[in-house]
Amino acid sequence: MTDEGAGGAGGDRGLPAGSPNDGGPEPVDGDGRTRTPAARGVRLAEGVRSGDRRMLARLLTEIEDRTSVAEAALRLLYPVSGNAHLVGITGAPGAGKSTLVAALARAVRTTGRPAAVLAIDPSSPITGGALLGDRIRMQEHAGDRNVFIRSMASRGHAGGLAAAAVDAAAALDAAGFPVVFLETVGAGQSEVEVASIADTTVVVEAPEMGDEVQAIKAGLLEVADIVVVTKGDRPGARRTAAQLRAMLTVGTTDEADALRRAEAHGRRRPKRPEVMLVTAPTGDGIPELLAALDRRHEERDAAALQPARVARAAAQLDAVMAERLRARLRDGPHRAAVTDVLRSMAAHEIDPYAAADRVMKLLEESVAG
Amino acid sequence: MADRRIKVLIAKPGLDGHDRGAKVLARGLRDEGFEVVYTGLRQTPEMIASAALQEDVDVVGLSILSGAHMTLVPRVCRALRDEGLGDVLVTVGGIIPDDDVPALREAGVDRVFGPGTTIGEVAEYLRTNVRPRETA
Repeated sequence: MTDEGAGGAGGDRGLPAGSPNDGGPEPVDGDGRTRTPAARGVRLAEGVRSGDRRMLARLLTEIEDRTSVAEAALRLLYPVSGNAHLVGITGAPGAGKSTLVAALARAVRTTGRPAAVLAIDPSSPITGGALLGDRIRMQEHAGDRNVFIRSMASRGHAGGLAAAAVDAAAALDAAGFPVVFLETVGAGQSEVEVASIADTTVVVEAPEMGDEVQAIKAGLLEVADIVVVTKGDRPGARRTAAQLRAMLTVGTTDEADALRRAEAHGRRRPKRPEVMLVTAPTGDGIPELLAALDRRHEERDAAALQPARVARAAAQLDAVMAERLRARLRDGPHRAAVTDVLRSMAAHEIDPYAAADRVMKLLEESVAG
Repeated sequence: MADRRIKVLIAKPGLDGHDRGAKVLARGLRDEGFEVVYTGLRQTPEMIASAALQEDVDVVGLSILSGAHMTLVPRVCRALRDEGLGDVLVTVGGIIPDDDVPALREAGVDRVFGPGTTIGEVAEYLRTNVRPRETA
């Protein structure tokens, strides 16, 4: 991919024909500006495909706000996405995620490819406000039109991401970015959601963050495809990398046996992450890390990565179905009936399972009718 | 647009290294429920405009203590217009002599906040004056 790769060059694969509002002419007001949400979505999708960065930025806002404009755009963009390598970067607060992402973006640019970054920071549970500070570490890219950085507040979504992150990544993918870095909020031990969304999950560990037992606990390290020890110039960095390398392979020496046992129990095979040491500000170890990422992306069609993609599809479908069901129950014709069910449940007249039975019955009747 | 959150870029153009004020404002607006992007020190006008575009912010708040506002601020406003962001609200805070305010407003600044302005005043001004964004 050349420098002009992202956007602009999307012409070889245009948007699929048909739009969500094939129903008729759109209402247009006096100055020709007001359009239906569906028509605005179509315009945004077309803008994104033609490389318009302002349209892309606006679409990301619509996606964050979960609007019908975003839905209309994503209906068009989903079929033309799925080409980017979606790389999740997660780890504890201060471990060096943003600095690592900046260094990786620099390395991607060196190869002539554009890069996109989606950086999530937490929203305040009290006020809903957020301080999004990940760009501070990515200043060097501020003048580069082929690095698109977007900060995003988590808006109450637990799990380390924002609810809009998957759709936002799809939009960046459809815009033609071959690599999308998805930086999570500073994660604790169990914010593993990113692994169900990203093609490749990189877990960032700072030196001296814990003993060997930390490395064999369940959770974050388990979902890593690659573990990166940052701040490689600090004393202890090498030892941390060596300890992680040793502990993450404990008990997994016989790969074939591990695979057989996992399959016999219907489990996914435990990952055996590569452990790499980097010093992001100087770039030490970064080319090797990018090469490892690119290797994984080339294996994308390999059977090994298919389960991850199906898992991602399942998560996306779950989210859309849940949103629709909630909307249907909240605003649909069953609103009064659902309120009655909730009142009975609150009074402990019926249990949650009986309540669910009743709601399911309402929905089934409305589908049948 | 029911629960649309106002997104603010707090930026420090130019060379002065004093960002206490910018950080206090960023933190204060966070507590007022805004989504605040803080980009750090020593931003060129082009960097600010590019960040404003990618982040799709409603407001660009510039903090300047160096005295170079008459040079920098008009350049930021021009860079924003060049990116098609003429509808973004632009505010300036810092040490700005009253005599300079008309020229800054002429250059495209919506409001200048002097020393002593409270976070609450800024928040109220932004809530009242942010323009509805045309989407497409």
